[in-house]
Amino acid sequence: MSENNYAILIVGVGGQGVLLASEIISETAMRVGFDVKKSEVHGMSQRGGIVSSHIKMAEKVYSPTIRYGQADILISFEKAEGLRALDWMKKEGVAIVSQTELIPAIVTSQKDLHYPENPVEKMREKANRVIAADADKIAAELGNPRLVNTILLGILSNYMPFPTELWLDVIRNRVKERFVDINIQAFNRGREVKLSAIEA
Amino acid sequence: MKELLSGNEAVARGAFEADVKLASAYPGTPSTEIMETIGDKFPSLYAQWSPNEKVAYEVGVGASVGGGRALVTMKHVGLNVAADPYMTHAYTGVNGGFLIVSADDPEMHSSQNEQDNRFFAKFANIPMLEPADSQESKDMVVMGYEISEIFDTPVLFRMTTRISHSKGIVELQEPTEGTNKKYVKDSSKYVMIPSHARARHIVVEERIQKLQNFSEETLLNFVEDNGSKIGIITSGVSYQYAKEVEPNFDYMKLGFTFPLPIKKIEEFVKNHDVVLVVEELEPFIEDQIKVAGIKVEGKKYFGKQGELSPYRVAEGFHKAGIIDAVKIAEIGVEKDMFPRPPVLCPGCPHRGAFMALKKAGIAVAGDIGCYTLGVMEPLNAMDTCVCMGASIGNAIGMEKVQASDKGTVAVIGDSTFFHSGITGILDAVYNNSNVTVMILDNSITAMTGGQQHPSTGKTLMGKDTVKVDIANLVRALGVKRVINVDAYDYDQVLSVIKEEVATKEPSVILTTRPCVLMPARIMDEPFTVDLELCTACSACFKISCPAISASDETNKHDRPKAIIDATICTGCTLCAQVCPPEAIMLKSQFVEA
Repeated sequence: MSENNYAILIVGVGGQGVLLASEIISETAMRVGFDVKKSEVHGMSQRGGIVSSHIKMAEKVYSPTIRYGQADILISFEKAEGLRALDWMKKEGVAIVSQTELIPAIVTSQKDLHYPENPVEKMREKANRVIAADADKIAAELGNPRLVNTILLGILSNYMPFPTELWLDVIRNRVKERFVDINIQAFNRGREVKLSAIEA
Repeated sequence: MKELLSGNEAVARGAFEADVKLASAYPGTPSTEIMETIGDKFPSLYAQWSPNEKVAYEVGVGASVGGGRALVTMKHVGLNVAADPYMTHAYTGVNGGFLIVSADDPEMHSSQNEQDNRFFAKFANIPMLEPADSQESKDMVVMGYEISEIFDTPVLFRMTTRISHSKGIVELQEPTEGTNKKYVKDSSKYVMIPSHARARHIVVEERIQKLQNFSEETLLNFVEDNGSKIGIITSGVSYQYAKEVEPNFDYMKLGFTFPLPIKKIEEFVKNHDVVLVVEELEPFIEDQIKVAGIKVEGKKYFGKQGELSPYRVAEGFHKAGIIDAVKIAEIGVEKDMFPRPPVLCPGCPHRGAFMALKKAGIAVAGDIGCYTLGVMEPLNAMDTCVCMGASIGNAIGMEKVQASDKGTVAVIGDSTFFHSGITGILDAVYNNSNVTVMILDNSITAMTGGQQHPSTGKTLMGKDTVKVDIANLVRALGVKRVINVDAYDYDQVLSVIKEEVATKEPSVILTTRPCVLMPARIMDEPFTVDLELCTACSACFKISCPAISASDETNKHDRPKAIIDATICTGCTLCAQVCPPEAIMLKSQFVEA
């Protein structure tokens, strides 16, 4: 990551709000003045399957997808999906992982399949800068499970050179009016979550 | 003004700027959002969903003959369906400009094959444009209409998933005043009887020569001279990947990819020590260059299967010896990860049908839609799936050769039935088939994100219209046995399937529950598991519902008991129906001990 070049990978499970989060990041980056591209796959992959969105910003962006091992930031809406996507990340990159656990039916019904034990710890074995975010818990405290999205954006904002007011402006334009205040609260709660001094 | 647009949104914007008069399509990933954007943002442009791509294409041809600019959009396999009008359209040419968007799906993110539709340009002698990002997607649409009208030809506009579904910054223009051509009757041009068509074939050959010259001159095919002795010839998203890996090679970036600018390419090759062609899927560009006697390489370094990526292009460059070793990811891949395949949604009405079909052990000829997920474990209740509407023909054939002693059922969705199922039913009736067809009517085109179709009562532009009655339609085709079943009534679905399969005449079973997501989200009271009663028998796990998972509690054999996520359970009741100890009940009826 440098001051003028960011690659962000967002992963999660269909229906979790990955695409809205990537819309907000891209829009904010465009308003800051970056060239931006983002790429994701729609269709069959959304029915409870894995969803991923690549976002690239620089003075001039070519490929809309990130090269393996080149993501500066990995945001995962589900903890095992963070582990699965880890190899997309640079060694010194930052991973923001929601502690959400979604075990698919196939793992429940087939004895030979297993959901990994403590995926965040497994990520930390390989990467130095992993934030385990209790986004579900914070969202529940704020009274709406759908706020996970905005909380993760708040955490991300600590690692991006965008003015907070701009983030909030884009969020205001993207959510329904009656949800604006609670989303701003969620964003600010996210901003309080950071890497510990050692990890940073 | 600048906006962040997907390739699909940019095509819609381009159609608006080019003053297109009519757009028609059948939904298909990754093309669908072009029409949705037109419907949402550009209501002045008439847009419609047709029952299939062939009809959509023919509607477009009519508009073009009538003088209006026309846009038809489809996924790659949709052009197979529309290939009949497409091939002869090259002969008739156009009046108002005509663009065919073919959105190909390398990697098959949501498709049954990854055919390379660039060959359709060469096959039909129709010129082709290939945008490499959202800005080009918009600009090339506007240019495409000019090319179409100047050369009197339909134009193939070939996109891929990564162009259609990637967003980039697009500089918008004001809409232009279209050409507004007048309709002129000209039967020698538009009535393709053999004598007319023979004359028109000569026109096609002359036109392709003119287009060849245009290809040499147009700025859509340009060279980036960076002073390198290594040259890359590329198009579409492959250009972006290659530039990302090595921006300082020389590039010949092709936007007008049929006919190819062979002279320009020859010149480029002459001026470089090594020239590689970087293209996804088939060696479409490479082979034509080689046929012209020009020495290039490409496919052997990059492969024909799946999507390219910056990583794959870097690997190819390394194999070709033009870059140093590729730095692989520093963090190794996590091995032994569980799969997370797409699944039927909680409350999906298709689930009941596949539970019953699996139980009955019947051969199931499948079709294309969300319900194709019935093939996945643990439901595993589908035997064939080839293309739109194939289920009925497949089932008729399987039944004629008695493939399964338990009988054969065709399973097809409502939108797919309108697309290509009607003629299949006609075949079953006409040829005395005993086949049973289940039409899983969820009253929406669900897989592609919830589009209207002939029995939803709404048009793409949101106007009220007739609702075609599927039961009456199949009766009119000659089917005497048409039975409605409730997709949430497992016992009823199972007994009706058994009865109809045993009957010696064609029959149609119509399931009647709407999609739980679209057009409105359906959430009835959720169910819960009484862990005191749950025996951990795993019957509910086998219906593959995302709302049901293993709880922390186990039985004495250490098998997990079930738990239901009340936030996503829609209250469809199916799990409760198959629970032997009746441990699953409505949340309100559950009394904690």
